[in-house]
This record gives sequence, C-alpha cells and structure tokens, in this order.
Amino acid sequence: MNSPSAAESWIGRLKDAGLAACVAFALALPLAGFQTTDVETGQGFVTRFSWVAIAVAVVFLGKLLLDFVPRRFFPAQRAARSVAANESRTILIFGAAAAVFALLLPVMPFSSRYLVDLGTSVLIYIMLGWGLNIVVGLAGLLNLGYAAFYAVGAYSFALFAQAFNLSFWEALPIAGALAAAAGILLGLPVLRLRGDYLAIVTLGFGEIVRIVLINWGSVTGGPNGIDGIPRPSLFGLVFARSTPPGVTSFSQFFGLDFNPAQRVTFLYYVILLLALVTNWFSLRLRRLPIGRAWEALREDEIACRALGINPTSVKLSAFAISAMLGGFAGAFFATRQGFISPESFGFQESATVLAIVVLGGLGSQLGVVLAAVVLVTLPEFGREFDQFRMLLFGAAMVGIMIWRPRGILANRAPSIRLTPKDAA
Amino acid sequence: MSYFLQQLINGLTLGAIYGLIAIGYTMVYGIIGMINFAHGEVYMIGAFVSLITFYVLGALGVSYVPLALLLVLLCAMGFTAVYGWTIERIAYRPLRGSFRLAPLISAIGMSIFLQNYVQLLQGARVKTLPPVVTGGFHLMDSGGFVVQVSTLQIIIVALTVALMAGFSFMIAATPLGRAQRACEQDMTMAALLGIDVDHTISWTFVLGASLAAVAGLMVTLYYGVIDFFIGFLAGIKAFTAAVLGGIGSLPGAMLGGFIIGLIESFWSGYFPAEYKDVAVFGILILVLIFRPTGLLGKPEIEKV
Repeated sequence: MNSPSAAESWIGRLKDAGLAACVAFALALPLAGFQTTDVETGQGFVTRFSWVAIAVAVVFLGKLLLDFVPRRFFPAQRAARSVAANESRTILIFGAAAAVFALLLPVMPFSSRYLVDLGTSVLIYIMLGWGLNIVVGLAGLLNLGYAAFYAVGAYSFALFAQAFNLSFWEALPIAGALAAAAGILLGLPVLRLRGDYLAIVTLGFGEIVRIVLINWGSVTGGPNGIDGIPRPSLFGLVFARSTPPGVTSFSQFFGLDFNPAQRVTFLYYVILLLALVTNWFSLRLRRLPIGRAWEALREDEIACRALGINPTSVKLSAFAISAMLGGFAGAFFATRQGFISPESFGFQESATVLAIVVLGGLGSQLGVVLAAVVLVTLPEFGREFDQFRMLLFGAAMVGIMIWRPRGILANRAPSIRLTPKDAA
Repeated sequence: MSYFLQQLINGLTLGAIYGLIAIGYTMVYGIIGMINFAHGEVYMIGAFVSLITFYVLGALGVSYVPLALLLVLLCAMGFTAVYGWTIERIAYRPLRGSFRLAPLISAIGMSIFLQNYVQLLQGARVKTLPPVVTGGFHLMDSGGFVVQVSTLQIIIVALTVALMAGFSFMIAATPLGRAQRACEQDMTMAALLGIDVDHTISWTFVLGASLAAVAGLMVTLYYGVIDFFIGFLAGIKAFTAAVLGGIGSLPGAMLGGFIIGLIESFWSGYFPAEYKDVAVFGILILVLIFRPTGLLGKPEIEKV
C-alpha cells in the first residue's frame, strides 16, 4: 500500500474540515444567527452573524486538530477492549473504601454543611439507582417511569404522616408498600409486553402519575404540593430549636447547643443507612433463586420458559421490589425537603436515574455510586455558569456514552457461577 | 352533532401533526431499533426555524403568503434536516452495534442538550407569531353553534396527506426506500450486498427530521405560540402514536397519529381537559394489552 503523500492528506483534511464547517454554518445560521426579541408587534429579531462565524471557525479548526489526536483515543478502537469489572476483590476494596469514606464524611476536617447536604442528595440518587438497577440491570426491563414510584413513596409518606400523625419510621414501610403496590398494579397487565413497548408504557405511567398529582388538588395539593411534612426523629429525639412540652430535642438530651447542622448530619446518616441496607438487600437478592432468575431472564427469556421459570411472576417481583426501594427513597426525600410538589417527579427525574444506572454500568452496584457522584455533583460545579449547567449535563451524557458505551463499570457476569470444581 | 363534527376537524388537524412526527420515530426504530428520544427536540427546532424564517421574511418585505409559506417550508425542512443528520452522526453512529440502552441514554442526553441549547440561544420566553393564514369556511350552523374549518386546517391535513403519500411511494419504489427496507430486515446482509448502511441511516434521519420540521411549521402556524419545551410532550405523544400503530410500520404511524389527535380532541371536548394526556396514555396501555404489537404491527416471531 502506498500511503498518500503529505500534500494529498492535507487536502483531504482541509476538505473534511471544510465540510464540517459547512454543516456548522447550517446549524448555527438559523438559531444562533438570529435572535428573536420581545417587541410590541412580537416580530423583532437581532442578527448575530459574529456568533455564526465563531461557531464555523471553531468547528473548522477543531476538526483539523482532531486529526492529530492519536487514533487509540477513538471509541471505535476502544470498543473491542470491553471492560470486565468482575475482579471482585478490587471492587470489594473500592466499595469498602467508599463506604468508610461515606461514614466519615460529616466528621472530616474539610467537611461542611453544604458538603453533607450534597452527600445526602448523592445518596438519594444512589439509592434510586440501586432500586432501578434491579429492574434494568438485573432483569433487563427498561423502565422510563421510575419517578412515578419515587412520587408514590413521597406522597404516600407525606399524606399518611400528616393524616395519622405517624413518625418517619412508622410511615416509611407504608410508603414502600404502597410504591410496591403501584409497581404490581402497573406490572400485572403490561409485563408481557416486549422491551420497548414496555418502556413506553412505563413512560406513560410516569406521566399519568404526574398529571394526577397536579390535578387531584383536594388530596395532593395540586401544583402547590404538600408542605409541613414531619421530620424524622432519633428514637423520639427531635431536631428543633424549641420543642413542645413532653418532647425532648436531640440537643437538650445530650446537653448540646442547638445547631441546624445536627439535623443535616442526622438526615445524612439516615439516608446512608437506608442506602447501605438497600445495597446489602440487593446483593443478597442476587444470590437467591429469584435474583438468579432475573439475570437468566435478561439473557434469554425463551430458555427460562423452557426451564420452568414463569417470566411474568419473576418480572413482577423485580418490578415490585424496585418500586418499593424507589418508594423508600421517595419517603426520605419528602421528609428531608419537608415539602414536595409534582415538579420533583417529572420525566427528567426518571431520565437522570436511568442515566445513572446505564452510565454506571448495568448491574454494577459500585458503578451506580460512581455515576451518581458524577451526575449529581457535576451540575453543582457548574453553578458559576448556571445557565450552561443543563447544557453540559446533556453533553456529558452523550460524551460518557460514546466514551464507554457499556457504562463506567460494566458487569454482565452472573452473580453466582457453577465452577467446574462444584460440578464435579 | 355539530360539536362532534368540530372536534373531529380539530382532532384530524392535531393528528396530522402527530403523524408527521411519528413517522420519524417509526422509521428510525424500524431500521436501527432505537427510540430516538431527541426527535421531539428536532420538531421543536423545526418550529423555531420556521418562526425565525417568518420574522426574517417579514423584515425583508415578502408579503405574498403562498410564497412566504413555501420559502419557510423549504428553509425549515433544510435546516432541520441538517440537525437530524448531525445528531445521528455525533450521538448515535459511534454507538452503532453497541448494546441496546447505550443509544437511548445518548439520545436522552442529546434531547436535554438541544432543549437547553435553544433556550440559551433564543431565550426561555414563549415566542409568538401573528396568524399568517387566515380565513375559513362555515360548514354548518345548528342552533347558534357554527362548525368551521379554517383554511389553515385544510392546508395542514392536505399537506400531511400529500407528504405521507409521497413518503409511502418513496419507501415502496425508490432505490433509497429499497435500501431502507433492506437495512430494516438485516443490516449485515444489506451491507454484504453492497448497500451503504451508514448512508441509508443518515438519509433516514434527514427525512425524519424534515418531516418533523413540517410538523413544527404547522404547529407554529396553528397555535402561533412556541417555546423551547414543546418538543418533550409532542415527542412523547408522537412516539405513543408510533407504538399505537405498531412501531416500524409507516401506515401504522400515520394511523396512530390520527387516533392520538382524535382522542385528545374528543377528550378535551367532552371530559376534563387536564386529563387528556392521561386518556392518551391510558388508551395506549389498553391497546398494547390486547394487541401487544400495536394496531398494524406484525407479530414478532420468536427465534431460538
């Protein structure tokens, strides 16, 4: 093979870059080149052709420079090298380190109330991610309406806690049970649908729940939501500056000065506990027959049926358990915010949780943690350039997927494997 | 009766718009088997390009309405098609052959990106367009209730039917359509037989995007109000339409679009309008329970 001469390859590069620049021109001209403005007649616009020129120049130069990036950085070449994250020792060490770090976070010297609060948000998403992972990662069913179960948990917690004066710990199981019931209610009729049909039905269900929450004003408070949701207590010790007679506050009991940071830290430990229990629970589930059935079903439904596994009931159990975990997370969300409204449970929320599961690597517990940390803290870093936050969020989702299509840590190996030694 | 007729006319208009968007979903799904979540955003961009072109033409003094409409139609289709092509090139092509959920997440990311991109460039406020096409006919007058059909509604339905007919012809009888059907059946085999798969898929996105742009133009004309968020709900409903009709089936997408439009219009006419989306999704769930592959979808043969 005779390689093209230097001049020819330069002409080729310039041509490529020129084409890219033409595309950039067509992309930028209508939307960046003209900006509509608000005037009396409603038909004003200003031209910003300099922006178009900048976009075209950036794309032209960018495309030229991209040619000099070594080939091995391109995704196509990387795809062959799939990431096997099954080195369980490393994972275990990392997981344990992460858990210890999470436990110590509030007492670290660099810790602050803001950081603990952010940690709480991350942990909520980790818990949601682990919950969704059961359905998407293990059972291989695509659920685009996970926020619906999150909402059912949050609203049922808020309503029960207010109507029957229940504490957080009393109402938590109710929230989980109702969310699981919602999962079964949705799952029963639709679980025999195949992949993408199921996805669109769950998406529709998510929207239905949101619309009902907005419009059923007499119960859910409509768009205004519910406020005054009770805060959790530690064995009856509340976190408040002043307490009604007969109730002891945490600071009074331990003879401390009241500090709002105590409540933030307490909430952090509550969600950390919930998340760790969720993790332990789902790791155990994987080893039970039901968990193995989920994984088998993901790989081959027909083989499962041939082996006597009832796909519907197996899928239903995955749906219900995943919904229940989402419900717990929802209940915690409600008690942490003290206020909930339908806005918090839109499709955006479902998409974020799904992104966490897929970016982390389907079926990987630690992957969910990594992805949740990245996706939840990323927008926080962007606060300085607030308006670009979501733009970067979207671009990062595309970028990470292209860089690592199977997620940061992919894990598709079965949780339990029959080794030749066992078989003998 | 007259009220019923009026809702029917409105529903058909709405359904035409959904049908055009649904074609984009169903074609992409048929060929590469992915839900192109960013398609609703493509439609939104089509609406914005139409609006901006109207403004610019207004400033240039083009006042002959048919000419202006034609120019806007061409601009919207052309520019939006470039968006469709670019989205596929950047966000989906590198993930071809990857596992099923990867392009979906990439598409959701793309959709979030495009929404914020348009919001940043054009502002978050709603944009308005004064009525361009006016006039209409009174069909009947019963007891003070006048059933009317506007010129715009006629244009929308007629243009949609014409585009759908042209499109069906293209799929059935042109080399590109043949290549698309071949890729739909078996991409590897099509490639082995000399079909440029990448090229075919790019064209699919370009065509889908230009149909979505027409829908965007129609919505801009019909409602006269758009914002950067219109793509989300319209996208979901159009996808619902595609699934309802049987995803991968072109006549199914058109039928599904009209059904969704009619359900929405009749529900708002006779029941509380806030719940019209619940009705749409509820009927989708019911149809799928009793016909799991949609109305016109072919049942899939399970192979071991």
